[in-house]
Amino acid sequence: MKLQRKNRLRATALGALAVSGALVLTACGSDDNSDPGTPKANGDKSSSASSIDCGKAKGQLRASGSSAQKNAMDLWVKNYMAACSGVEINYNSSSSGEGIVAFNQGTVAFAGSDSALKPEEVEESKKSCKTGQGINLPMVGGPIAIGYHLEGVDKLTLDAPTLAKIFDTKIKKWNDPAIAKLNDGVKLPDKSIQAFHRSEDSGTTQNLGKYLGAAAPKDWKYEAEKKWPAPGGQAASGSSGVAAQVKQVDGAIGYFELSYAKSQSISTVDIDTGGSAPAEATSENASKAIAAAKIKGTGKDLALDLDYTTKADGAYPLVLVTYEVVCDTGNKAETLDTVKSFLSYAASDDGQKILTEAGYAPIPAEINAKVRETVNGLS
Amino acid sequence: MASTTPIDTPPAPPAPPERDESPKSTGRMGDKVFVGLSRGSGILLLVIMASIAVFLSYRAAIAISKDEGNFLTTFDWNPAGDPPVFGIAVLLFGTVVSSIIAMVIAVPIAVGIALFISHYAPRKLAAPIAYVVDLLAAVPSIVYGIWGALVLVPYLEGLNLWLDQFFGWTYIFEKTEVGVARSLFTVGVLLAIMILPIVTSVSREVFLQVPKMNEEAALALGATRWEVIRLSVLPFGRSGIISASMLGLGRALGETMAVATVLSPSFIISLHVLNPGGGTFAQNIAAKFGEADEFGRDALIASGLVLFVLTLLVNGAARLIIARRKEYSGANA
Repeated sequence: MKLQRKNRLRATALGALAVSGALVLTACGSDDNSDPGTPKANGDKSSSASSIDCGKAKGQLRASGSSAQKNAMDLWVKNYMAACSGVEINYNSSSSGEGIVAFNQGTVAFAGSDSALKPEEVEESKKSCKTGQGINLPMVGGPIAIGYHLEGVDKLTLDAPTLAKIFDTKIKKWNDPAIAKLNDGVKLPDKSIQAFHRSEDSGTTQNLGKYLGAAAPKDWKYEAEKKWPAPGGQAASGSSGVAAQVKQVDGAIGYFELSYAKSQSISTVDIDTGGSAPAEATSENASKAIAAAKIKGTGKDLALDLDYTTKADGAYPLVLVTYEVVCDTGNKAETLDTVKSFLSYAASDDGQKILTEAGYAPIPAEINAKVRETVNGLS
Repeated sequence: MASTTPIDTPPAPPAPPERDESPKSTGRMGDKVFVGLSRGSGILLLVIMASIAVFLSYRAAIAISKDEGNFLTTFDWNPAGDPPVFGIAVLLFGTVVSSIIAMVIAVPIAVGIALFISHYAPRKLAAPIAYVVDLLAAVPSIVYGIWGALVLVPYLEGLNLWLDQFFGWTYIFEKTEVGVARSLFTVGVLLAIMILPIVTSVSREVFLQVPKMNEEAALALGATRWEVIRLSVLPFGRSGIISASMLGLGRALGETMAVATVLSPSFIISLHVLNPGGGTFAQNIAAKFGEADEFGRDALIASGLVLFVLTLLVNGAARLIIARRKEYSGANA
């Protein structure tokens, strides 16, 4: 009995050592994976503190919403707080829906959202905005990249109808004539296509659905919802999960924000819009597509109507725009100055310029000018 | 952790005596206070549990009453849709099938390891092996999930093709869809690895409790070591193995993150376990909870309640089996 106990003790110690060793190792490993889109230290250099006008900003500011703009918000907040001492900004990147709920309850000063407020949400916002109502300010644009993994093929062009058929699992092989027609001179293998989508509800899914519905209405008949609508294909959880599967599986194709493709060096599909040449998924090309957007909001509301069928040269049409939602009038007195000052910085040239480094797209100048004007007029 | 269940003290030969009607007080002040305290906390616990149950059932009832589909038979989960439609058929099927696969793989292996540790391995080796196995239980499930997604899934593709080629005729192992091994079968294999330490450790403790006299008597009659195990160890340990398996099954039924990482969820029921697709209760809750609105959460709570009932049934069945073999109850579960 005694001998056994001694052995047990020794084994426990060994086990404990193994566990703590493993813990130390995992702690090291996890650092690299966090925030794939955050550029390393570049953000600091490009943003001179001089462009930030702190004004009368002070105290604490709470905001919440879309996780799609998390990396952009992190950069802005870091730079802003470095320039304006005494101000603390907390952006809780939960989800668009939760952000809007918190905004309408009056617990946050502004919300981030992947989609513009719905009419009933505007109606509800009048309670917390007292004299005014909630408006949408487009602040961050971004391309949704179509990533693929196909041994031996490092350039691939697709158009909206083909994409729709691929994600609807109507096209099952990589050497399908429809794909071959768009890729002259590329040797396509006789492999099965494995299309990956998000397993949980997601704004990225909804934006892809909007694009496919607008650009390929004949081949994509599903409603643009946050839930994946088509019956076939495989699912993985989160943008990171989809990206990991595409990276791993030969023959896979999936969709995620560009930053995930960049950080894991996944090849992305060029989209043939019918323009002079297929458009590559880059921040600049996404900006060109957003430039074709029309403002559909009335009054101070700047909600955008994206033109998914744009044929402008080099414009990458599969984009998403995320908004900041604020009250046009009736903002809380204690946070108004800080909100104006912070959003002015986000909409400033410097604030928009650093977006590119994080894989996002700046809002086109014309619309951005209106955003700045509106931010200045907040009361 | 697995090692919380074992009974470390040497076994008391007869089963413990029937419980007394109520604790007898000696009349001292301290005793009275202590009795009051323990009774009070017991009742408090029951009240808390009951109110949780009431709250959950209430929320679930709200959700089910607004469900435009059939809660039991609809193959879809869209409480945010218009009209809201959701059903648990796919989840129930996926949970049960993946757990069955896990049990079929894990229990024989676990019993084998437990027998090896308790009866075959040299003393010096037994304790370290036992601890290594127990250590597996301490690995967080998300780590299993990541390992499963990055290592297990690519490796299982080969096994899947092999199964499809030679056992495709069984229908179950026929692969009709292309796709990597993000299937219920893979989930089953991963769950088997995860429940192995619990089943092993409890079985091992039970095997160690087999009365030495039984074994020696068998040996004296000229039995080989395997015959000793077959004639005295296994019959004595049967109820222990069953309760160990039920502990493992409980973990398999409720496993969340590992399943969510490894499975490619979709709302279909298919007996082709090698095809990607399917879903389990816990995985569905983890995947849908973040973006769900209040009604969506109610719907998920309703599905969670079904899982709760399922677990209750499994545990109840296990207790029945164990109670029937009370004379052998090595691990008085």
